[in-house]
Amino acid sequence: MTVYLDHAATTPLRTEVLEAYARALRSVGNPSSSHRAGQSARDLVETGREQVAAALDADPVEVLLTAGGTEAVNLGIKGLYWARRAADPARRRILVPRGEHAATTESVAWLARHEAAEVQWIPLDALGRLDLAAAAAALDAHPREVALVSTVWASNEVGTVQPIRELAALAARHGVPVHVDGIGAVGQVPVAFRTSGIAALSIAGHKLGAPVSTGALILGREWSVEPLLHGGDQQRGRSGTEDAAGAVALGLAAELAARELPETAPRVAALRDRLLRGIRERVPDATLRGDPDPGGRLPGNAHITVAGADGDGLLYLLDAAGFAVSTGAACRAGVTSPSPVLMAMGLDETTARGALRMTLGGTTTTAEVDALLEVLPAVVERARAAVAASRSLG
Amino acid sequence: MARSGHVRVRTGCSSAPYAEGMRVLAAMSGGVDSAVAAARAVDAGHEVVGVHLALSRQRSSLRTGSRGCCTVEDAMDARRAATRLGIPFYVWDFSERFRDDVIEDFVAEYAAGRTPNPCMRCNERIKFAAVLERALALGFDAVATGHYASLVIGPEGERELHRAAEDAKDQSYVLGVLTAEQLAHAYFPLGSTPSKALVRAEAERRGLTVAHKPDSYDICFIPDGDTRGFLAERLGADDGPILDRTGARVGTHRGAAAFTVGQRKGLELGVPASDGRPRFVLSIHPKRNEVVVGPREALEVAELAGQRVTWTGRVPADADAGFPCDVQVRAHGDAVPARAAVRGGELVIHPVAPLGGAAPGQTAVLYAGTRVLGQCTIDRTVSAAPV
Repeated sequence: MTVYLDHAATTPLRTEVLEAYARALRSVGNPSSSHRAGQSARDLVETGREQVAAALDADPVEVLLTAGGTEAVNLGIKGLYWARRAADPARRRILVPRGEHAATTESVAWLARHEAAEVQWIPLDALGRLDLAAAAAALDAHPREVALVSTVWASNEVGTVQPIRELAALAARHGVPVHVDGIGAVGQVPVAFRTSGIAALSIAGHKLGAPVSTGALILGREWSVEPLLHGGDQQRGRSGTEDAAGAVALGLAAELAARELPETAPRVAALRDRLLRGIRERVPDATLRGDPDPGGRLPGNAHITVAGADGDGLLYLLDAAGFAVSTGAACRAGVTSPSPVLMAMGLDETTARGALRMTLGGTTTTAEVDALLEVLPAVVERARAAVAASRSLG
Repeated sequence: MARSGHVRVRTGCSSAPYAEGMRVLAAMSGGVDSAVAAARAVDAGHEVVGVHLALSRQRSSLRTGSRGCCTVEDAMDARRAATRLGIPFYVWDFSERFRDDVIEDFVAEYAAGRTPNPCMRCNERIKFAAVLERALALGFDAVATGHYASLVIGPEGERELHRAAEDAKDQSYVLGVLTAEQLAHAYFPLGSTPSKALVRAEAERRGLTVAHKPDSYDICFIPDGDTRGFLAERLGADDGPILDRTGARVGTHRGAAAFTVGQRKGLELGVPASDGRPRFVLSIHPKRNEVVVGPREALEVAELAGQRVTWTGRVPADADAGFPCDVQVRAHGDAVPARAAVRGGELVIHPVAPLGGAAPGQTAVLYAGTRVLGQCTIDRTVSAAPV
């Protein structure tokens, strides 16, 4: 039996979501068709859209359904960039904190290579929080040249929650839109689009108990994006037949997550704290990364670095012992590079290599946490021995 | 939990060099050989975990030409094979070690006018050193690879490294650098296979998608095969003289470091040889940026010697006095009769007949029949045909 502690990578499909999804998959009808079968499919799409909107405090018209989180982030960043630059060719600057997810860093890198964008990186502090003063200075220095700001709501790796409202307020002074990658945060912390002051928000279904390849970009009604995909113009800025079953699944998952959040967040946080307490006792020289204040951290995130060990070894040993965890680092085609977030937080490469991310979810139990704590000291000892053995060679 | 354990090599049994029920780390490159080797380890009842070694941080996505170990496609091939075998699979990043111990060594050797064998260095320093040590510390008993070579228990109960059953595929030469300690934890499941065709047929029978994947031949960290360009980028490529053995200038080269001893092509000599015969690179002097050329017979050596000596088992009893053996100086060369002796820490080898194709930096592997005895990296040679 596997103890699954990698909910930030993907979390189990919820039973009620699976049932609704399967039911919807069985029905025929293109949401854009005029006949009654089409109307039924349209109803599924729009109901799902409304549920997503309600869960995130947005208007249904602001919800653009996508085929997953990466598409949403690409549409949010590239779409806003193109639209802003089309309105004023001087707006070519993109402000992005260091250590973002690859969907963001690769999107802005592509815009820099092919679309003349200038990327300005905002530093992180030692806890992984973006430097608001630096963001303010960057906005104030070239207010008319900034196309957009993009950040995660909370770090997918170290769990640090970013000061979204403050950042949005700074950008609003200059009329600059903020895109937020909310993929790791939605379902973990309250995310209210309307009051956040941001222009766009990306979410992904599979972090909420919906299937992979469902997601949405929440795009404020006062903003527009140039589309990535061209075709039948089914949604504002997004072409392609809408995935009715996916909309059903995403809508239900978002609704359940929002409804249950007041109960699940403290419960998961308590388990996470039990885990961190246990780690402090059993592996006292492991270091918690990210914001230690529970208020500034995703409730399910426990991220540590283990001096003298490396993530590959820890992961292998824990996997062999029946625990699914992550090194947290960006995994490029199976090769783990030192985490850009940890590097941006000021860690050296060797320390960053000892990273271990355990992410808890709604299905995590006390027994699972205790089972991990039971094996962890021996795993750490052996992982350290492996690094030492490998290093000792002349 | 991973259990600790030691290999219990059964002695006194000439046919079974491996313990039963080992925890085996199968190094899987993504090629057919290592996939079948892993499969056989599973069949033999061992507990097998597949590991693909990532040796480069910046990997290209797709395989090109005859390459076959370092791309994302190769890692995926290895993963699919592991899945097919029902074993866990991980990618381990050894790119830093590989850069320090293999690539930089390769460049430094060329910079010193020597001819390195990076595959040998990888076996010595990465696969059967860094990876093996890490594997043992993590609770494994052995590292299995797809090399064609045999381990057998000899008459005195010692583990012996021998040539593979099939001469054409034999890879014992590149394993000649391993010590008895390293061989104690090595596992070569393909060793007794009579042909590569059989391995491919077995892969096909087992439903492995890599059954018909082309073999890899070139240096894995030079994907385009342009070794000269790779070295020029790192060592520079300043024009310099090509000299004959009398010191007369016969041509101009574009960077001495990119040459290898014995090379004939690409010299672009302006002055014809007095005897009209083809000329070969005899020596390289990167510090003076000079390349010396001469006739083929000048390449033949009467003596070769090196300092970095290792043995696959006990040091031969008559090492000081000298002992008869065969010596092989290239992966695809033949072994020729020789006498070898250890003098003051240096292994000195005298081929019975003058030997071509031996250059500093290459590895001289000693054999007794099919058995690998040991090796040294060649530091110096004595020409059989002095000027």
